[in-house]
Amino acid sequence: MEILLLQIFIPLIAALIILLSGKSIVKELAGAFSLIPLAITVYLYLNFIPDASTQFLVNLAWIPQFGIQFKAGIDGISMLLLILTNLLIPIIILSSYKHDIKNTKAFYALIFFMQSGLLLVFTALDGFLFYIGWEVALIPVYFICALWGGENRIKVNLKFFIYTIAGSLLMLLAIIYLHLQTHGNSYDIAEFYKLELDSVTQAWIFWAFFIAFAIKMPVFPFHTWQPDTYTEAPTAGTMLLSGIMLKMGIYGAIRWLIPIAPLGFDAWGETALILSVIGVVYASIIAFTQNDIKRLIAYSSIAHVGLISAGIFAWNLQGLQGAMIQMLNHGINVVGMFFIADILIRRMNTREIVEMGGIAKPAPILAITFLIVLLGTVALPLTNGFVGEFLLLMGIYNYNIWLAAIAGLTIIFGAVYMLRMYQKVMLGPVNSSTAMFKDLDGTEKSVLLIISALIIVIGVYPQPILHISEAAVINLLDQVNQKILVK
Amino acid sequence: MINLVWLVPLFPLLGFLINGLGRNTLSKTVVGFIGCITVFASFAVSLGIFFELNSVETKSFIIPIFDWISAGSVKIPFSFLVDPLSALMLLIVTGIGFLIHVYSTGYMHHDTGFAKFFSYLNLFIFFMLLLVLGSNYVVMFIGWEGVGLCSYLLIGFWFTNSSYASAAKKAFVMNRIGDLGFLIAVFLIFTTFNSVEFAIVFPQAANMASGDSVLVLITALLFVGAIGKSAQIPLFTWLPDAMAGPTPVSALIHAATMVTAGIYMIARSNILFTLAPETLGVIAIIGLATLFLAAAIAVTQTDIKKVLAYSTVSQLGYMFLGLGVGAYTGAFFHVITHAFFKALLFLGAGSVIHAMSNEQDMRNMGGLKKKLPLTYVTMMIGTIAIAGLPPFSGFFSKDEILAHVYENNKVFWLIAVIGAIFTSFYMFRMMYLTFNGKFRGTTEQEHHLHESPASMTVPLIILAILSALGGFIGIPEVFGGSHWLAGFLAPVFEASTSKVAHVTLDHATEYILMAVSVGAAIIAMLFAYNRYVKQAHIPADEITGRSGLARLSYNKFFIDEIYDSLITRPLNSLSGFFYRTVDKAGIDGLVNGFGKGALEASKTIRLLQSGMVGFYIFMMVAGIIALLVYSMYKI
Repeated sequence: MEILLLQIFIPLIAALIILLSGKSIVKELAGAFSLIPLAITVYLYLNFIPDASTQFLVNLAWIPQFGIQFKAGIDGISMLLLILTNLLIPIIILSSYKHDIKNTKAFYALIFFMQSGLLLVFTALDGFLFYIGWEVALIPVYFICALWGGENRIKVNLKFFIYTIAGSLLMLLAIIYLHLQTHGNSYDIAEFYKLELDSVTQAWIFWAFFIAFAIKMPVFPFHTWQPDTYTEAPTAGTMLLSGIMLKMGIYGAIRWLIPIAPLGFDAWGETALILSVIGVVYASIIAFTQNDIKRLIAYSSIAHVGLISAGIFAWNLQGLQGAMIQMLNHGINVVGMFFIADILIRRMNTREIVEMGGIAKPAPILAITFLIVLLGTVALPLTNGFVGEFLLLMGIYNYNIWLAAIAGLTIIFGAVYMLRMYQKVMLGPVNSSTAMFKDLDGTEKSVLLIISALIIVIGVYPQPILHISEAAVINLLDQVNQKILVK
Repeated sequence: MINLVWLVPLFPLLGFLINGLGRNTLSKTVVGFIGCITVFASFAVSLGIFFELNSVETKSFIIPIFDWISAGSVKIPFSFLVDPLSALMLLIVTGIGFLIHVYSTGYMHHDTGFAKFFSYLNLFIFFMLLLVLGSNYVVMFIGWEGVGLCSYLLIGFWFTNSSYASAAKKAFVMNRIGDLGFLIAVFLIFTTFNSVEFAIVFPQAANMASGDSVLVLITALLFVGAIGKSAQIPLFTWLPDAMAGPTPVSALIHAATMVTAGIYMIARSNILFTLAPETLGVIAIIGLATLFLAAAIAVTQTDIKKVLAYSTVSQLGYMFLGLGVGAYTGAFFHVITHAFFKALLFLGAGSVIHAMSNEQDMRNMGGLKKKLPLTYVTMMIGTIAIAGLPPFSGFFSKDEILAHVYENNKVFWLIAVIGAIFTSFYMFRMMYLTFNGKFRGTTEQEHHLHESPASMTVPLIILAILSALGGFIGIPEVFGGSHWLAGFLAPVFEASTSKVAHVTLDHATEYILMAVSVGAAIIAMLFAYNRYVKQAHIPADEITGRSGLARLSYNKFFIDEIYDSLITRPLNSLSGFFYRTVDKAGIDGLVNGFGKGALEASKTIRLLQSGMVGFYIFMMVAGIIALLVYSMYKI
């Protein structure tokens, strides 16, 4: 049995078992199941050789008439995203323990269903398979948001769904087009890489993929679905979307967009970079005055993802390696942030930060862990965020000093809106509703202590993580740069 | 000992962890002991390092710890640099840090956050030591931002007070403005020298031409970082607000150590700055403007800590002025003496505030001399030292800076001397208002008046001795001294000294310059004596209007208000505009417009969706056949 198939499909099996299981043990069962993919990832990591090669390759004929294979494998880039996905899912499941979830079985089954889709996206080496994974990951999260979300969930969700589907249809068109251009009509990514299309065609391909990915991340100006969706979704849904799912877009840009359309990237990459940088500043400025805590974090996420995207389109080793490690860091930090928001909202029955205040007094453990997550988010040295932001800004700097200076404003702006939020929520005098605020307990404490530990450990010793993807990233860079040079 | 340098930051880190994790279980005695002993252990190791460095031939050691970040050619090791400059800073940070820790066991004794306070203080020492010890700009940056974090935590230590929490945020954000400059400088250094290690960057830079535009840009950006951290114009307004923190914090972080990090960083990078005369010119002007402005504000303040805060800004201005005219040794000399006397003055002020039941307004003090004799005497020594009267420490360091300024630019010298007059005036004014005359507080305050416990007065006494005698480490040649400090630091500034032709003043000029500044300081002191002791003048209360310059000075030249209306409020309006108009109405409106358009179009197409399953199956089969035909045709 191929280990990679196990990795991808065990969550699906878990979903089925949960649907069939008794209601009383669902949460525990889900928690236990979520550790199996993580264990497999640990096994894969231990047996992974950090060179540029693709390992644990699976290549099965699937629908040979149409040139569709089940081809998947892991290189350093995929490895990091497997770690991200399988590390965060258990945390997200654990963080949902305090919620009374109606129809619990369906809820957890959908999460596992989505996990399989995500793992497929991050390992697929076949265009069709990639697309399948892409949609398989979307549908469960749509239902999670639509069934367990807030008051406006239906309207907001419909927009999110249509918007992302519209993007992915463009991508599907591009994939089919590429398929028709290959020798022997293949969907194999290696065949896509071999194509030598003229630069005008590549520009079209670039935009078709870029819009799909830009909506997913999201990159300015394709972002307007995001704050509403993050705000209305149940916390687990928001965590899945922001912690893991948006990385599909970033990953797609690295694996599919730029290597497949290098000349399109050569012509339009700068535009994408500038849009990303605009997003950093724009979303930060909006975050200054947000009073809804989830919306504030949502806008801050747009800013942070904009920086990652900018690092990719700067297309150099520092930018890409920064993007790789920052995908993991952003996942950890944003899940932590939304979990804290969830705790606050659950206890306070409001999302308005102006109605909170002084919570650090009755809840010192929350105060400390919140601060650590915040410091990771604002990229203080010796937290995970710094390593990523440093490399990303350096990558952007290597492209253009002015863009780096503008993107670097995130260092200042991030401190402004994050500290404002912390002050409004945690500092100042307590009011009648915050005076009796209960500090973290049980699973809440576990989740935030795990997240805090990850933030500091990665910040102090990031080398093992940077090492995973470096060879693969260098390889991809060379491949693309050669094609651009040949032109 | 030098190979054990990693112990120096390790001890306070351990102290932070023990006190942080044990804050609910450990008793105050244990917490205080751990807090102090860890810093003392660091001090002991630092002393060992200092003496070893003195006795060996090599003056620069790099101690690698581990590989921190690497991406391709970018390799950033986590390693430490021990040389005369860092060795001296280690002594200041751990030595004064230890005294302030001891003092805090008394000062903070009744505070419920005692353990939290000590853990933060230890964490600060840890980061400050990283800043000092880093062998490259990025490790230095860890410390640089880390001390900013501790400053944030300690300014907002009493966070239930909203304005304290705001002051903390302001400090962090203003520091971050500088940090962005620092960070971009690091990138530029990397692309220019292919390394961020001091030992690789500086020798390469020494071969570059003076005035090289890259060096000018690098140094200008580094200086932006220094402006934020060391509270110079235009980013100085956070420091007076930082007085919201407990007074030992003001002494340690906002006077003796952290705020001098900018000077340390420039002294460390001296060769880059020496080869960028344009930047040095800007540094001199900013330093001069800051020292004058802050002194002009200090003369009318009535809060004892605010006087000292503006005084710190002003003294930092002197240090930058010194750096700007190339007096690296002089500037660093002033860092040392200032650390002694300003820590002393703040701790003394803390002793006063402690005795006055948390009163900080000098209008409600007066006549404390008899009740607080030790505090009075030690603070007087600090005042004489900062006023620049011989032979106390401030005289030697300030004089060294002023002499270099005179060589460089006579107008600058004159303004700096006027600043020194202000300094002498506001310091003696503070002393007289606090300690002379009649007591003006409430009877309850009077009832509680007491000299502080030994844990607080002993550090005062030690610092008073250092403030009085500390200047003797740099007795200039004109007094027949050998200037030990200059000799000790020579290896650090060697590359710079060989680049600039140094003009030495003749002895007669030096004596005249000294006489002028000392005479001016004495006149200012007498003026203050006449006004606040003889005439027993008390500054007007809040309600009484002030006019002209006094009004400007008392209201800090309205700089906070100007920033608020020029930066903060426009940015917040922009935020609302982006959110409501651009995002919601504009972009999202467009997206929804697309949606509506599609909806309209679909009204016709949806007629195909007849709801009849048979029709759907028919379409599916037709589609599959079409696909098959297509693929056969392709084959």
